Amino acid sequence: MKLLRTLKTALRALRRNVMRAALTTLGIVIGVAAVIAMMEIGNGSSAAIQRTIASMGANNILVMPGTAASGGVSFGAGSVMTLTPEDADAIAQDCPAVGAVAPVVRARTQVVNGNRNWVPMFIYGTTPSFLDVRDWTQMAEGAAFTERDVRNASKVCVIGQTIVRELFGGESPLGRELRIQNVAFTVVGVLNPKGANMMGMDQDDIVVAPWTTIKYRVSGASLGNVNQSAASSQSSTTVNTLNQIYPNSQQNLYPVPSSTQQADTPQPVRFANVDQIISAATSPAQIPAAIEQMTTLLRERHHIRAGEPDDFSMRDMTEMTKAMSSATSLMTKLLLAVAMISLVVGGVGIMNIMLVSVTERTREIGLRMSVGAEPGDILRQFLTEAVVLCLIGGAVGILIGRGCSYLVRIVLHWPTAVSVGAIIAAVVVSASVGIVFGYYPAWKASRLDPIEALRYE
Amino acid sequence: MDLIELKNLQKTYHLGEVDVPVLKGISATVARGELVALMGASGSGKSTLMNLLGCLDRPTGGEYWLEGREISGLSARERARVRKQTIGFVFQSFNLLPRTTALENVMMPLTYSAEPLSERQMRERATALLSKVGLGDRVEHHPSQLSGGQQQRVAIARSLVNRPRLLLADEPTGNLDSRTSVDILKMFQDLNRTEGITIILVTHDPGVAHHAQRIIHIKDGLIEDGEAFAPEHEPPAVGGGRP
Repeated sequence: MKLLRTLKTALRALRRNVMRAALTTLGIVIGVAAVIAMMEIGNGSSAAIQRTIASMGANNILVMPGTAASGGVSFGAGSVMTLTPEDADAIAQDCPAVGAVAPVVRARTQVVNGNRNWVPMFIYGTTPSFLDVRDWTQMAEGAAFTERDVRNASKVCVIGQTIVRELFGGESPLGRELRIQNVAFTVVGVLNPKGANMMGMDQDDIVVAPWTTIKYRVSGASLGNVNQSAASSQSSTTVNTLNQIYPNSQQNLYPVPSSTQQADTPQPVRFANVDQIISAATSPAQIPAAIEQMTTLLRERHHIRAGEPDDFSMRDMTEMTKAMSSATSLMTKLLLAVAMISLVVGGVGIMNIMLVSVTERTREIGLRMSVGAEPGDILRQFLTEAVVLCLIGGAVGILIGRGCSYLVRIVLHWPTAVSVGAIIAAVVVSASVGIVFGYYPAWKASRLDPIEALRYE
Repeated sequence: MDLIELKNLQKTYHLGEVDVPVLKGISATVARGELVALMGASGSGKSTLMNLLGCLDRPTGGEYWLEGREISGLSARERARVRKQTIGFVFQSFNLLPRTTALENVMMPLTYSAEPLSERQMRERATALLSKVGLGDRVEHHPSQLSGGQQQRVAIARSLVNRPRLLLADEPTGNLDSRTSVDILKMFQDLNRTEGITIILVTHDPGVAHHAQRIIHIKDGLIEDGEAFAPEHEPPAVGGGRP
């Protein structure tokens, strides 16, 4: 009741000088409008930036086999074989925070087409979902291989732009063959260019094939020897006999064990291990959840008891996610600083005019006091005027700001996103600006001596 | 019981090192329903006395009893409450809010009153008072659209809106021509007679003071002649005689 009355008095007083009230609140209007517009445009662009960084693999998580150690000597990550393709399937099925997952078998060897050869940076044996994980599903030509190719260990591959350039001289490689370790692969697709990764490695220098093919047809004999010409020069020192059908095939470095020796040292049954499992969380924010789900699942699958160390390790792209979050938070802070400055400037404008108004209305204040207004009434009245001014300014500012961001979206086609937080913040901030900057003039008014005020000319 | 009783009331202003005694011991009474003129040359202390009577200021010595309550020691807040419950002011320069209608000017004191009135009740009371002072048809006029006499009548209506027992008029006709002055003074006499409101007219003009029943002369901060006390025998409600 009393508040309503004060509000009415304040509105009445403001209505007596509409033009001045409008000009007073202009600072707040511009400030709030700028904040809202920038927040919406900023939100839109930071969402776009996030998408871009995510496509660089910021949400990727790498699962590596654990470390073998013997007598205090560790052999480094990946030195034991604990990950299986079935682990990857289980992750895809049971971890909701994981968007896509693919097992990877790596090889490093020579690739040959006709009279050209090249050692690609990456020869990956994997499944088609690898391209989902790397956000690389757009093909320049052709299509990716299929699950069926994986099951059949088909000799097909997808290659990157660098391989096209080096082995095919820029001609379309679709349907043509390249040889990896003397196994002929048909090129079924060409990947879009992706450029260098964060470490400066050429990501287009890649051959992607079904993991079964790489593992069973290529990798078994390839890891020990990158340079085939070196191997062949070795072999050229031996006599080329008829039972050597392929002249470049590798020599046995060690004598073939006899059957007695084999019985004495039984080989463990080989199970199909993979070198790593690569997965992508559904969003960068889901990375910790994804890591936790995968850890739980893999510990269970590998029968690791509580307290025992993991036999695998996980790596996420901490550097990239950090860069991303810092880019976003930097943007937000920057906008906040600009917003604060403009709102403070607006607030000073309000204080200025309110002080002028108090001086100008000294007689009115004296009159109000003489008819029984208590100092608190006067304080409340002027404070209410300032807050009402700021709130009206804030409301107008929100409308103008939203209008501006709408125009930017329509005319410039920039992405914008509505920021409810910014709107709430604008209202709260403009009300507090009114209170903070309206308090001093109001206090000054309430401290006036009624006799002096009545006599004031 | 007298409405106002002053006992040796003193007011001294401290201007730096110098003490300036303005009121040097005023003793007087005003009964309910009286119409009293407070007369004195400028600088005699009559405005200071009027500020004290109107609870705008506090005395430096002596006692001020208003409606049987000693109020010289009240705080600013408590004095504001006394003002809104008991006292109405009429000023020489009208002091109406500019760019505000006559009706809203009259309603303004109700904003601060303790009475819980609805907007409609406030409007009704203000309209009734404006009709009473003869401005029933000027309710929506702004002060700039009214003559001096009309503005003062709006001011009188405003001073009455909180139903005060005491009306203090500080040179109410000072800014008006003589014909309008007579109208305004007649209005005070009517209010005094019909409503029983105690009125104190502060003036330096003997012609104005003659409209009162009793004149208190002030000179150099002291009461000059013997009419300082309300006559005991005169019943207040009946005593409305003109000189």
